[in-house]
Amino acid sequence: MRIVSYVLKRLAYLVPVLLGVTLLVFIISHAIPGDPARMMAGQKASREAVENLRRSMGLDRPLYEQYLRYLAGLVQGDLGFSIRNQRPVLEDMRDFFPATLELTLASMLLCVTVGVPLGILSAVRRNRPIDHLSRIFSVFGVSMPVFWLGLMLLLLFYRHLGWLPGSGRLDIGIDPPAFVTGIYLLDSLLAGSLGTFRNALAHILLPAFCLSYVYLAIITRIVRSSMIAVMGLDFITTARANGIAEIVIISKHCLKNALIPTVTITGLSIGELLGGAILTETIFNWPGMGKYVVDSVNFLDFPAIMGFTLVVSFAYVLINLAVDVVYAFLDPQIRY
Amino acid sequence: MSGPNEPLLEVRDLAVQFFTYQGTVRALEGVSLSVARGEIMGLVGETGCGKSVLARSVLRLIADPPGKITAGAIRFKGRDLLTLSRREMRRIRGNEISMIFQEPMSSLNPVFTVGSQMLEVVALHQAVGREEGRRICVEMLRQVKMPDAEQVLAKYPHELSGGMRQRVMIAMELSCRPDLLLADEPTTALDVTVQAQVLAILEGLTRQRGVAVLFISHDLGVIAQLCDRVAVMYAGGIIETAPAGAIFAAPRHPYTRGLLHAIPRIAARQESLAVIPGSVPSLVDPPPGCRFHPRCAERFFPCDRVVPPFYEPAPGHRVACHLHAGEEGRRSWERS
Ligand SMILES: Nc1ncnc2c1ncn2[C@@H]1O[C@H](COP(=O)(O)OP(=O)(O)OP(=O)(O)O)[C@@H](O)[C@H]1O
Ligand SMILES: [Mg+2]
Repeated sequence: MRIVSYVLKRLAYLVPVLLGVTLLVFIISHAIPGDPARMMAGQKASREAVENLRRSMGLDRPLYEQYLRYLAGLVQGDLGFSIRNQRPVLEDMRDFFPATLELTLASMLLCVTVGVPLGILSAVRRNRPIDHLSRIFSVFGVSMPVFWLGLMLLLLFYRHLGWLPGSGRLDIGIDPPAFVTGIYLLDSLLAGSLGTFRNALAHILLPAFCLSYVYLAIITRIVRSSMIAVMGLDFITTARANGIAEIVIISKHCLKNALIPTVTITGLSIGELLGGAILTETIFNWPGMGKYVVDSVNFLDFPAIMGFTLVVSFAYVLINLAVDVVYAFLDPQIRY
Repeated sequence: MSGPNEPLLEVRDLAVQFFTYQGTVRALEGVSLSVARGEIMGLVGETGCGKSVLARSVLRLIADPPGKITAGAIRFKGRDLLTLSRREMRRIRGNEISMIFQEPMSSLNPVFTVGSQMLEVVALHQAVGREEGRRICVEMLRQVKMPDAEQVLAKYPHELSGGMRQRVMIAMELSCRPDLLLADEPTTALDVTVQAQVLAILEGLTRQRGVAVLFISHDLGVIAQLCDRVAVMYAGGIIETAPAGAIFAAPRHPYTRGLLHAIPRIAARQESLAVIPGSVPSLVDPPPGCRFHPRCAERFFPCDRVVPPFYEPAPGHRVACHLHAGEEGRRSWERS
């Protein structure tokens, strides 16, 4: 199949992209003033002790040698050793990354499952009450600062109404499900424990909504305007003139066309969702990469920073690939 | 009900208005037209005179808002289409009356294959299975002389040329054996040579199957070659109808005469009316009386006051012009 070779080709491109990312991050993180050996040894350590530490960490070597060593480790699945946490970066990733991924995916899901139908509805019922409501909803979405929205959500749903939990991924006392993907919503279902699933769902609702709201608003508007544009095109008149029912015209003939620009926007939003997760995680005390990377930067924990960047870029590229595959599936004029 | 002598389609006193910010566009007023079974009826007139609106009204495809059919009746096989439910109307569209549009580039849906679009229409109106439906599509594509009919089914519209797409449209629209085909400038957008091929196919197939055609065109040459009868439109009304031979040999309306005079001198069809002095009137605020009178060299006292009724100067030749009023008509103006 053409699509398979396309995916393989895209995966091959991943290698130079990731190589570029590591090089960039390596250079930037070493250009930051500061001395990790000193950070680790502590303020009171003797100069000699710091030098020893530096040597044992390989930080006395020329930069290119440090980089090559790092790459050699990567090839063997070794992301390095976190200076701050004193354990392999890979283990840190395994603990923190799934939380961020779960938040990002949940937000995307929200964007698509709410934004697309809402956009369609506003287009079909143009300038009717539902359209005005969705417009107001969208204007709020794009104009509200995330931290403020997060605080308001917490105030309302956690503090006053008490409907939803305000922090973390699970209630204290509930054990995380057995690790399969690290995404609690999935793992709890796989483990068959509905109670845990429900608890995890309650925890993710507020942060996921907070994170997704801007993109939800944008996607709603994009779907609306592209649906309206498509509804005016000739082939829709052809479909009507052929006696096809309105509901089929909207949900099949229009939608497949209108989804093409929507998928583009969704793809662009993913990177921002991943980035935006850091702020949202802070507000909702979500134990993901956000907090991890901030701490690592403060500590000049280079291996951790690089591990974070690498994993996030990897996820970003993969999700974008998935978007492109969907795109190729929707639009027959795409060459791949 | 429908007797043997009753026309297939009979439009009576049709009025269509568009409610826009600039005011109410009186796009059609008092339009009457009939098409007999198996007849090819030409509809000519300069741009904006309401040809497309008339054709769309027959299938009730006027977008509401802004448009509305405000008066009149459209009888098809003895039933008034304007009184049918939407559901009954859908059963007629594409099945008993079908329509082909001007733009072959945009009248097929770009994201579905030719086969799936044709099959959808066939399956909608005929109780046939997949295999039988496919067979009908291939057969129709052969009938429009499509090379590699089988392969074309799997193609997307962008993989076909304009002429090929228009053949697909003809095949699709005739696939359910309609009684009436509304062809809205089906060849205007094509190259001259392709245009001739497509016209030959259209004429051959409709004659052979006894399909009546309402053929809209700017091109008097095409009309002369193809049509049995011709209706001439001006500014939202039909001003003259006659057998094709009579229109060309002995046009009665000053506008029609101007139209015919213009042909040999100017090659470009669009400009062919420039020789009639003045310009097309606004349909928001049309001239009183005969809508053509401000441009008419032969106008006299009733023209700017009285809307001319139809006179029949020769059998089957009807013209809405005061020049053809008999004694009786003259007396009626003098009274008013
Ligand atoms: N959706 C609409 N809104 C407002 N006015 C409209 C609309 N559709 C058509 N009209 C008006 O109706 C009139 C007739 O338009 P129509 O498209 O039938 O012209 P036409 O004779 O088919 O012209 P052409 O030869 O360019 O296709 C025009 O004056 C146009 O302004
Ligand atoms: Mg037109």
